[in-house]
Amino acid sequence: MTITPFDPGLSEVPQRQPEAPNGWKRYISFNTDAKVIGIQYIATALLFLLVGGLLAMIMRGELITPAADLVDRTVYNGLYTMHGTIMLFLFMFPVLNGLNNLLIPVMIGAPDMAFPRLNAAAFWMVPVFGVILMASFLVPGGPAASGWWSYPPVSLQNPLGHLINGEALWIVAVALSGVSSIMGAVNFVTTILRMRAPGMTLMRMPIFCWTALSAQTIQLIGLPALTGGAVMLLFDLVAGTSFYRPEGGGDPVLYQHFFWFYSHPAVYVIILPVFGVFSELFPVYARKPLFGYKFVAAASLVIVGLSLVVWVHHMFPSGVPQWMRDLFMVTTMLIAVPTGIKVFAWLGTLWGGKLRLNTPMLFALGGLFNFVFAGVTGIMLATVPVDIHVNNTYFVVGHFHYVIYGAATMGVYAAIYHWFPKFTGRMYYEGLGKLHFLLTFIGTNLNFFPMHPLGLMGMPRRVSSYDPEFAFWNVIASLGAFLLGVSIIPFLLNLVSSLVRGERAPANPWNAIGLEWLLPSPPPTENFEANVPTVISGPYGYGTGLPLVEHQEAYERALQQA
Amino acid sequence: MTLIPANFDPGASPAESAGHTADHGAHGNHTLTGFIIFLCSESVIFLAFFTGFAVLKLSALQWLPPGVEGLEWRSPLAYTVVLVSSSGTIALAEWFLKRGSLWGFRAFWLLSMAMGALFLYGQAIEWAGLEFGFTSGTFGGCFYLLTGFHGLHVATGILLMGLMLTRSFRSGNYDGGEQGVVAASLFWHFVDVIWVLLFLLLYVWPA
Repeated sequence: MTITPFDPGLSEVPQRQPEAPNGWKRYISFNTDAKVIGIQYIATALLFLLVGGLLAMIMRGELITPAADLVDRTVYNGLYTMHGTIMLFLFMFPVLNGLNNLLIPVMIGAPDMAFPRLNAAAFWMVPVFGVILMASFLVPGGPAASGWWSYPPVSLQNPLGHLINGEALWIVAVALSGVSSIMGAVNFVTTILRMRAPGMTLMRMPIFCWTALSAQTIQLIGLPALTGGAVMLLFDLVAGTSFYRPEGGGDPVLYQHFFWFYSHPAVYVIILPVFGVFSELFPVYARKPLFGYKFVAAASLVIVGLSLVVWVHHMFPSGVPQWMRDLFMVTTMLIAVPTGIKVFAWLGTLWGGKLRLNTPMLFALGGLFNFVFAGVTGIMLATVPVDIHVNNTYFVVGHFHYVIYGAATMGVYAAIYHWFPKFTGRMYYEGLGKLHFLLTFIGTNLNFFPMHPLGLMGMPRRVSSYDPEFAFWNVIASLGAFLLGVSIIPFLLNLVSSLVRGERAPANPWNAIGLEWLLPSPPPTENFEANVPTVISGPYGYGTGLPLVEHQEAYERALQQA
Repeated sequence: MTLIPANFDPGASPAESAGHTADHGAHGNHTLTGFIIFLCSESVIFLAFFTGFAVLKLSALQWLPPGVEGLEWRSPLAYTVVLVSSSGTIALAEWFLKRGSLWGFRAFWLLSMAMGALFLYGQAIEWAGLEFGFTSGTFGGCFYLLTGFHGLHVATGILLMGLMLTRSFRSGNYDGGEQGVVAASLFWHFVDVIWVLLFLLLYVWPA
C-alpha cells in the first residue's frame, strides 16, 4: 500500500456540492454521515436544553419567595431530579457528541467515523431514552424524585407500588444513555487512533482531538461501572433483590461508590472537550501558536488517570473511613495541577496576542473566567473539613453550575459560533451573538454567584421553602435564572435566521489553521475524499509561516476557485 | 475520484482499504480495533460486579441464606472444564481458517459452539436445582446476577459464532481472513477468562 501523493495539477480538490443530497429530510432519518449525525445530536440537545431550562426556571420561580407556594413539594423533588438528569444526559453529553461527530473527522482528515452505522444507532438511542424519560412525567406517582444521583434507600421507595414508576423509567433511561455513550466512545477512539491523515502523528493532532480521546477513554472505563450499579438498583427496585437494601443485608453506600466512580469522571468527560475548544479558539483569535502544546496534550491524559481516583470526595460525609477521606482529598487537589497547566497555557497564548473579540472568542474568554472561579471553589470543596461543612448546601450547587453552565455550556456556545460557518455554509449575526454572550455572562454570574454565600450561610439544596434570611440572595439568583432564559432567545433567533438568510460563509472566515479550514463550507460528504492531504507540521502555526500540509497553496487555490 | 486508493490507513492490506468507494458504510476495516476497545470497556462492568460481590461478602453478617450450606461445586467444575477447553477448539478452528481449510474451521467452530451450549445447559440444570432464589439476601442476588450476566455473554458469543459460521458459506468470503472471526474468537476467550474468575469467586472462595 503506497501513500498517494497529492497532484496539484489534477485539481481534484473537493468542490462545494451545489445541491445537498436528500435535503433536510436526512436530518430526520437513519443517516450514517457523521456531519448529519453531529447536527442531529446538537439539535436534539438544544431541544432538551429548553426543556431542562424551563424546569430550572420553574424552580427559581418557586425559590423567589421563602414559602413553598408555586409548586407542591413532591413536584419540586421531581423538578430538580429531572432538571439535572436532562441537562447532563440529554443536553451536555449529546451536544458534545455532536461536536465530536462534526469536528473529529474533519480535523484528522478522515472521510467519516470508523463505524458509521454504529454511530447512527448511538444517536438514535438519544431520542428513545429521551422519550422514556419524558414519559415518566405521565406515569402514576410522577417522575423520579430522588435527585439526579438516585441514592438508595430514597430511590427504592416506590410508594405507589407500580412496576412502571418514575424511578424505574429513570434507571432504564440512564442505562440506555450509557449504552449509547459507550457505542459512541468505541467509535470516537477507534476513529482517532486509526483514521488520521498521513503525517498527522499523535503529537501533531489538534488539542480538541486529544481532549476528545481523553474524554471518551473516561467514558469507556467509567460508564460500565455506573451501568452495572444501575442494573443492581433496578433489580432492587422491581425484582426484590437486596443489593442496596440494608434490611436485606445490602449496602446503600456501595451504590454511591458505583455512581461516583463514573459520575465524577463524567465531569471531565464534559469539561475536557471544552478545554479542547478553548485550546482551538485562543490561538485563532490571538494569532499566536498554542503555548506549551505538548504539556496541554499530556495534561489531558493526566486528568484521565487522576479522574478515576477521586470519586470518594463526593462521599466525605457518607461514613467512609478516615484514610479514604485523606487519600481522596489529596488526589482531588492534584487535579488542580494538570488543569492549572492548561489555564496557564491559555494565558500564555493570550499574552501579547492580537486579540479579536468576536462572539466565539468572548464566549471562550467568559468560559475561562468562570472556570477559574469554579476551580477556586473546587479546591475549597476538596478540603475535607470545608466539604463536610458545606455538604448538601447551595455552595456545592453554585460550584458545579459554574463548571457546567459557566464554563462548559459557554465553551459549547463558543464552539457552535466558531464552527457554525464551516458546517452550515452561512455566517451568523455578530450583533445577536454578542447580545447572547452579554446576557449569558451576566445571567450566569447573577444566577450562580449568590449560591455561594447562600451555601456558606447554611441554605440546604433540594428544598422548595427556606428561612426568610436567605431571601435576598435567592431573589438575585432567580433574576439571573430568568435572564439566562431570555439569553436563549437571541441565540435561537441567530441560529434560525442565519441558516435561512445568513451571508454565505467562505471556506476559512477566521483565517484559521487546521485541516477543517482546507475544506469548503460546508464540507462535502466524504470530506477530502481521495485527496487526503499529508500533514507536515504541528497545529497552530500562527505567525510562523510554516505550511500545515504538503501542497497547501494548491488546496487554498482550489478553495478560492470553488 | 476513486482512481486513487484511500490512503488514510497505511498499515491496511489492499483488500481491506478497497472498502473506501461509493459505499459510505465502510471506510477501511477497523472492526478488530473497535472490538478490542469494546472488550476492555466490557471488562469494567464485570470488574464492578466482582467488586460489589467482594464488598457485600466481606461486610456481610450472615452471607449464606439460612438453610444453605454452600454451593455444590463438582458438576459446575465439569462444565467449567468444557467451557475452558472450548477456548482451545476455537483456536484450532482459527488455525484451520488460516491454513485455508474451511471445513476444518467449520467443524471446530461448530464444536466450540456446542461446548458453549452444553455449558449453558449445565447452568440451567444447576439453577433449577438450587434451594435459594435471587431474593435470598445479597448472596442469592449476587449469585444469580453474576452467573446470569455471564450466561448472557455465553449466549451472545454463540450467536456471534453462528453468524460467522453462516458467513463462511458465502463463497470467497473468508479467503483473506476475516476480522469478524478473530473478534468472535476474542470474545469467546474473554467469556472464558471471566468464567474462571467467577468460578474462583463463587465456588472456591470459602464462605
